[in-house]
Amino acid sequence: MADSRLTRSLDGLRKSGVTALFGYALLAMVAVWLIGNFAKDPKEFIQVGLIGLTNGLIFGLVALGYTLVYGILQLINFAHGDVFALSGLVASTMIVSWLGLDKDASVVAILGGMLLTLVVIMAVFAFVNVTIEFVAYRRLRAAPRLAALITAVGMSFIVQNVSLAMYDVNYRSVPSFIPRSEAFAVAGISYSWNKLAVVVITLPVLALLTWFVTSTKQGKAMRAVAQDTEASAMMGIDVNRTISVTFAIAGALAGSAAIVYLLQFNMRYDTGFELGLIAFTAAVLGGIGNLSGAVLGALVIGFIQAFNEGLTWYTPGSDWTRSIVFGILIAILVFRPEGLLGERTPEGA
Amino acid sequence: MVEQLRGVSLDQKLLKRFGLPLAVLLVAFFYPKYADSLQGLPAIGDFVPSVNSVVIMIVFTMMAVGLNIVVGYAGLLDLGYVAFYAAGAYMAAWFASQQFDQWTFHFGSVGISKDLPGIHLSIWLVLLMAGLFTMVVGILIGLPTLRLRGDYLAIVTLGFGEIVPQVVRNGDNVFGFDLTHGTFGISPIDSPGFGSVGDSLGLPLSYQQSFDRAQWFYWTALALLLITVFCSVRLRDSRLGRAWVAIREDETAAAAMGVPLMRTKTWSYALGAFFGGVAGAFYSSFRSGAFPADFYFNISVFLLCMVILGGMGSVWGALLGGMILGYLNVEGLATIGSKANEVGINFDPTKYQFGIYGVIIVLMMLFRPSGLITERRHKQELEEGTADTPLYDVTHEGSDTDRDPSND
Repeated sequence: MADSRLTRSLDGLRKSGVTALFGYALLAMVAVWLIGNFAKDPKEFIQVGLIGLTNGLIFGLVALGYTLVYGILQLINFAHGDVFALSGLVASTMIVSWLGLDKDASVVAILGGMLLTLVVIMAVFAFVNVTIEFVAYRRLRAAPRLAALITAVGMSFIVQNVSLAMYDVNYRSVPSFIPRSEAFAVAGISYSWNKLAVVVITLPVLALLTWFVTSTKQGKAMRAVAQDTEASAMMGIDVNRTISVTFAIAGALAGSAAIVYLLQFNMRYDTGFELGLIAFTAAVLGGIGNLSGAVLGALVIGFIQAFNEGLTWYTPGSDWTRSIVFGILIAILVFRPEGLLGERTPEGA
Repeated sequence: MVEQLRGVSLDQKLLKRFGLPLAVLLVAFFYPKYADSLQGLPAIGDFVPSVNSVVIMIVFTMMAVGLNIVVGYAGLLDLGYVAFYAAGAYMAAWFASQQFDQWTFHFGSVGISKDLPGIHLSIWLVLLMAGLFTMVVGILIGLPTLRLRGDYLAIVTLGFGEIVPQVVRNGDNVFGFDLTHGTFGISPIDSPGFGSVGDSLGLPLSYQQSFDRAQWFYWTALALLLITVFCSVRLRDSRLGRAWVAIREDETAAAAMGVPLMRTKTWSYALGAFFGGVAGAFYSSFRSGAFPADFYFNISVFLLCMVILGGMGSVWGALLGGMILGYLNVEGLATIGSKANEVGINFDPTKYQFGIYGVIIVLMMLFRPSGLITERRHKQELEEGTADTPLYDVTHEGSDTDRDPSND
């Protein structure tokens, strides 16, 4: 191979383990930082850690959407984050204007309303996602990957502007009908109701997804198409329908993620962009195409973001969160492109 | 007689090849002279851009031609071009303003007093330095990432395209050192000029202080664009350019034919970055300031849209796409919006401009991926065909190439 001297020396460096050493040194620095912060104030550390756990679960739902689509189409669906934002905005309208849930609503109304919103939003945005695939990506399945990627970028902007047209630049949120007061406290570390609601909603969704992918025929078809599209077609699997089902599931996950996101934060037309990139980093961190990897990566990123914004000892601060997340992405792709749980392939991931 | 025939066709070929570009160049060169009269026309006068707007359009077009080198020639999806733009702009800000007022160093600066603190180099020198610095940045970004597959490369370049603006916004306290003056940006920045030497020749001492400021900036921008286009065309037809096309079409085959992949890809990054840096430096000098609000991710996609609309890989396509979308961004959409308001339609296109660009991208990708002006090689491949007349025309007796077997 006519590689340059630079490439050869870089590869040699890599094989010799020096870059691995550098990676480990980086990890060691992060470990020291974490231990230092823990020693400084253990309660604060765990409190912040719980925030990270909650956020990580939200990121996980979105990351799963990215990883499902990538696994089956090898396409980074840039529009996914913006579908998430749009679904959140529509959900906020539904909760606030149509259902009228607020602080004074009864527990039954809240539970019923949330369940209804969850089901409706998940169904609607599953359909929206399938439409996006049908309109934009289906024609380009045979085209070079560059074309599909560029189309995904264009689609992302289109969806974002739909949100902008419908909701303008205002932030939307839901009233705190799920109170932010303490649900329970262990040794002085409190966990609020709305964070508990996130866990209560997310875990069943994850369980449902796992059951679907591992135990149903359609789930098996998804895994088969992800592994080898042509062979699956030869085995009689309807590839088009399987891909549509995958997009539907991704859309539903985005919808559910948006609802739990609304319980904690407010949303705007461009919230999806940043969150989408964080979620994609999480998916890559865990090993793209790997479902448990996506959740694991999301939890790690959730922790890192929370620690960065909550701790105080030598902490860069929230100004630098985006840069840190991208730094992690670049580091992962340089040092370990297959992610934490992925398998190394010749192309590097 | 054959020589005569050859002579005629040669002139025609020259005319075809250089006639149109030369005509466009002449029209463009004299634009400042007749722009005002054009703007006075009844119906379309409002749509005619001012000279200042055209300068910005040319800056964007320069960057589109630069991006075309990365995306069009080499087929590497670069979603972080704004990083190069910002790097070039801040390079100009560092070396031609009062940012680093700890030192006072002047070299070729025009139009300002020599005791002004800060580093003040001649803008012509700064343009070159910005290009080279951005080239180094491009190489640094490329080293770890060009090994990656297309989609990962896109995400990583997107990441860099996000990190650099954030660094620029937060760079007012880098370990206590004010690097980029944070969200306020760095201003004022010196302007180009020809100094006292130029003054005696009738050229402006400093653009900023000249009466026809916009006109001189316009001619400089035009010159820079011409240089960029020239370089791009020469690169396309060079060995490096052919290596890029080989990589774009089939990486494995290219590597098998001996094309050094990493080196070639890094070159495309570096050269694309160079032009981005020069454009950024010129822009910040034109605006007399480098402000973080000018650098955000959407610009990278905007530039990509230009290249896609015009035609990936085609220099003229990048020019066309750049001018059209640059016009829409700077003046066009706003004018359309105000016209629509006059008629009563309450629609603000500038707010949804990135949606419009997104629609353009998706439509082009679905229905005409080669763009408005197809790249020359694709055209030959897909439309004209590379098969020319056969050496021997054996289908017709008595044709020119009909060989007598006795001559074998």
